[in-house]
Amino acid sequence: MLNAKGVTKKFNSSIALDDVDLHIREGAITVILGGSGSGKTTLLRLFAALDMPTSGSIFFQGEDVAKISRKHLYELRQHMGMVFQYSALLNSLNVYDNVAFTLNEHSELDDQVIHTIVVMKLEQVGLRGLEHLMPSELSGGMAKRVALARALAMDPKVVFFDEPTSGLDPISAGVITSLIYDLTKAMHMTSIVVTHDVQAGLGIADHVVLLWQGCVIAEGDADSIRNSTDPRVRQFIEGRPDGPIPFSRSTTGYIDDLMHAPGTVRL
Amino acid sequence: MNYFVELTGSLGRQFLGFLSGLGDATRLSLASLSLLVVRPWQGKHLILQMYAIGVGSLVIIVVTGSFTGLVLGLQGYYTLAKFGSESLLGSAVALSVIRELGPVLGALMVAARAGSAITAEIGIMRVTEQLDALEMMAVNPRARIIMPRIVAATLCLPLLVAIFDLFSIAAGYLVGVELLGVNPGSFVAEMIAQVTNHDLNAGWVKAVCFGFMIGVISTFIGYRATPTTEGVAQATTMAVVVTSVGILGMDYVLTSFFL
Repeated sequence: MLNAKGVTKKFNSSIALDDVDLHIREGAITVILGGSGSGKTTLLRLFAALDMPTSGSIFFQGEDVAKISRKHLYELRQHMGMVFQYSALLNSLNVYDNVAFTLNEHSELDDQVIHTIVVMKLEQVGLRGLEHLMPSELSGGMAKRVALARALAMDPKVVFFDEPTSGLDPISAGVITSLIYDLTKAMHMTSIVVTHDVQAGLGIADHVVLLWQGCVIAEGDADSIRNSTDPRVRQFIEGRPDGPIPFSRSTTGYIDDLMHAPGTVRL
Repeated sequence: MNYFVELTGSLGRQFLGFLSGLGDATRLSLASLSLLVVRPWQGKHLILQMYAIGVGSLVIIVVTGSFTGLVLGLQGYYTLAKFGSESLLGSAVALSVIRELGPVLGALMVAARAGSAITAEIGIMRVTEQLDALEMMAVNPRARIIMPRIVAATLCLPLLVAIFDLFSIAAGYLVGVELLGVNPGSFVAEMIAQVTNHDLNAGWVKAVCFGFMIGVISTFIGYRATPTTEGVAQATTMAVVVTSVGILGMDYVLTSFFL
């Protein structure tokens, strides 16, 4: 379905992703785990063709997304949905119009049919009856659910989730997590979930990818990750502050830094 | 020596940054305008933007236009009275408003009111990933967000400037004729005799150019804003500063064509 081949992404001189090869299986939930700054959101944006890799290629159904025309990319995008970290609902439109947006833009359906679809999508995420609310009147969890309904409106083949549970209370996070699982299975979609929430991620994953400093350090099903003996994987899933992935990001000597007052010359 | 190298280096970097920004802005505006040819029917969005920019700026245009006319009436009378030619007040007010003050002050007001709002709105859409969301929903943000705003600003400014001119001249008449006792007949007759089509052309051509410039600069700076709170704040300030300076600079160039 989606393939990354030797993908490297640099921002100025810092390397966000370093030679990543990844295969996303059709009809499965792939969870990309990693700490902040590990490059997981960058990878998701590359898969969605919102950014282009510095080198290497992303293939969607066998086509290199960097090489196709914008028109064709937009055709492919009609089979993609994305739930953004901060929901990214269009502020000027109410819940109904947000969910109906892609249908109004890209389908020839009449208003009655669109209305039926919107009500069905909102029912799936448990928000039927709130069509008239504006995005500013929604809580974070509700906005995420509307974003999910919007992403599903065109019955996409692939849905991207960027940190679907971050910033939500445990109940809302649980609701979103189980919605991702149930809807993916019911609608035979392919889901790619980027998260740092280890338990939620492992709970729904068919396939887990663990990123660290722009590299894939482990890959496999949830159990193989849980039972991994790789010390880096163990540290991440147990959430220990120090280990092979160092607690300190400093590269200079501590004593040196303490000894040199501001403005003095370092020898 | 090091300081000198650093100084020239930073000047050079800033200049290169400025040039690449100018190039990016040109590319973005050309790309947005080419969408006007390819997909002209953004009717609803265009009308919404014309409402926001045009109707939204109406009050401030009427108020500033009136005050400008009042001041021009006083100053013009003071100066002309020194030569005993108060009867020329009508043409003095009308010419300075139509050729110069209407387009320039009107554009500055619209830049401050509508231009900054456009930059902030697009910047916030960038911060909250709404532009990316449009892109993911296979809707080109340049066609949907940028192009209607550029077109709306270009269409609205001449209309707003016409209203500015009207209220200015009326206010000049009020001060000159009603307060200072200039002969109403000579006020109107001198105005009609001295204002030619050439002057009117100078006015609306300036207004169209300034409107286009407000649209391009405000949308571009918002679109390229650093996606943080400070980024949007800086972008908004920068949009107003750059458009204001740009309007005054372009005004000189256009005036030299219309002498």
